[in-house]
Amino acid sequence: MLLLEQVKKFYREPNGGLLTVLDIERFKVGAGEQLALVGRSGGGKSTLLHIISGILTADSGSIRVDGVEINRLSEVGRDRFRADKIGYVFQTFNLLPAYSALENVLLGMTFATGRSDRERAKHLLDRVGLATRMSHKPTQMSVGEQQRVSVARALANRPKLLLADEPTANVDPAHQQQIVDLIRTTCDEEKVTLLLVTHSPEVSSQFERVDRLDELNQATISATG
Amino acid sequence: MSLWKIAWRSVADRRLSSILTCLSMALGIALVVAVLVVYGVIQDTFMRSSGGYHMIVGGKNGSKLELVLSTYYHIGVADEPVSWEFYTRFLRSESSGDFGDYVQTAVPICLGDNYKGFRVVATTPAFFDAEGSVKIYRFAEGRAFEDDDFFAAVVGSAVAKETGLKVGDTIRPSHGVEEEGSHEHANDFKVVGVLDPTETANDRAVYINIEGFYLMEGHAKVKEGDKLSDKQRRLAERHREVTAILVRCTNDASAKWLMVSINEGVEAQAVSPVFVITQLLSKFLAPVRWLMLGVAALTVLVAGIGVMVSIYNTMAGRRHEIAVMRALGASRQTVMMVVLFESLLLSVGGGLLGILLGHSLVAVIAPWVEMKASVNIGFFDTAPGFTVPIGSYVLKLSWELVLIPGLIVLASIAGYIPGMTAYRTDVAKSLSATP
Repeated sequence: MLLLEQVKKFYREPNGGLLTVLDIERFKVGAGEQLALVGRSGGGKSTLLHIISGILTADSGSIRVDGVEINRLSEVGRDRFRADKIGYVFQTFNLLPAYSALENVLLGMTFATGRSDRERAKHLLDRVGLATRMSHKPTQMSVGEQQRVSVARALANRPKLLLADEPTANVDPAHQQQIVDLIRTTCDEEKVTLLLVTHSPEVSSQFERVDRLDELNQATISATG
Repeated sequence: MSLWKIAWRSVADRRLSSILTCLSMALGIALVVAVLVVYGVIQDTFMRSSGGYHMIVGGKNGSKLELVLSTYYHIGVADEPVSWEFYTRFLRSESSGDFGDYVQTAVPICLGDNYKGFRVVATTPAFFDAEGSVKIYRFAEGRAFEDDDFFAAVVGSAVAKETGLKVGDTIRPSHGVEEEGSHEHANDFKVVGVLDPTETANDRAVYINIEGFYLMEGHAKVKEGDKLSDKQRRLAERHREVTAILVRCTNDASAKWLMVSINEGVEAQAVSPVFVITQLLSKFLAPVRWLMLGVAALTVLVAGIGVMVSIYNTMAGRRHEIAVMRALGASRQTVMMVVLFESLLLSVGGGLLGILLGHSLVAVIAPWVEMKASVNIGFFDTAPGFTVPIGSYVLKLSWELVLIPGLIVLASIAGYIPGMTAYRTDVAKSLSATP
């Protein structure tokens, strides 16, 4: 499902030099697999997810997602690929405050190839336990509920790969387990490969496969993100 | 969810700013529409009223413009009359009618009276004769006066509407073309007909039999030593004058020859109403129209800049929202389109409101325009148009329709800079920023 080989990412420093933030020899995740990637803050976790999702491009190397070499796609091609094949759960939820829960999920469908499927959006919100909160706006919901909406939105386009970036970091401890369970079970049901990035041992300990980004990333200098 | 809906949500989110931006655009467009409609209707009315006759014949030394305006549009007064004898030269049946062979219809007009401020036009029944003119008068009520109905009158539709006159009523004209300072004649005229609306200045006139006109006090040309008999049935021709003669010739070539012949003489002048009106419109009204359109265009331009500023000011606060859309798969072009759609909603929405406001403005000023220019105008009058041939059909479109694509172009320009800001949003950086 996901295969990274010889992937490098540099950032240009103010003095003109290059700062290596990512240097991954090989990283593979099989179809349907659920993997926790553990890394400290500033270890390049978000940069890695952005490269896998095509938001950023690697400076060298190969990134294959569902058999597609996304580093060779045009920017528009990567956008379309991301909309169709990749779901993204953010640490800060990133729900649009002016939209209701249902509209936030529908927004996730807007940019994909198919038409917006209102029934699926409702089904997903029902699945994450928000059947009665569909018309509520994010500001009218708890953080736990907001993250559930975020999970429903990420799964709206039936992605092949779900990227979850510290999904429990902003959720109170009482609801962290619920969120992890929700993500894992829905990915299981929807047959979606899961790559969950976390720095929480409690979260990572629930996964059969746990990789450490520090071991994966050969970049000698750490950078923010 | 469509991109239009996303754009609409963004516009609706900043309600007050959007309403004010729309209103400023609406005011500019309303001004453009009002100028186009009023000028167009005035032009149309003037050209329509001047149809049918090849020339107007009047006194030699009078103003050409005054002759046309007073005869056709009931504006001002032509005070250089021509003799009745000269008029008879246009009649075929007269032995003296040396112009008669070239003339299809010649209608004498006498002006000088008013009825409650409306012009009184003294003429012959030929005025209403469809054969003599391309103007076919239809009667809402009654009929035209007969030649020997000396004290009969026909009223225009606007006069009937405003005064409530109907067939069988009597009117008493006042001496003088303006109501102020005029004095009432002693003669009653019986209304025998009410005209259907013609959408010309004729709707605001009262027509009386020229024979009755001559018999009213002060209307006969009396020289020292002349005596008028009280029992006289018709005023003797030597005591008659006409303000103007409407002439329709047998063909255009005859009209040219006749006009040259009349103008070479010393008794009268002949003017082409179409020529005079075209000159009036192009020399006086067109520059005013362009000036007003220029002011209106500047207003629209300022409103366009307002749209741009209104959207641009929100961009800093929307980087995160745009980055989220990009992360969900929206392309740079897509987020730029959303911003352009916002610009379109504000500009075209404001523009459509402006068209409505413009027509409302026209309806509000209609009574004033009608009073000053004798032009009927209303809410549903549209700006003059242009024709587009489509195969064997010719489609007539109003210039107002051009405003819509014009607004789309303006909106695209206004939305470009904020759109480019959306286009260039750094997704990774904006996502990491706190929303």
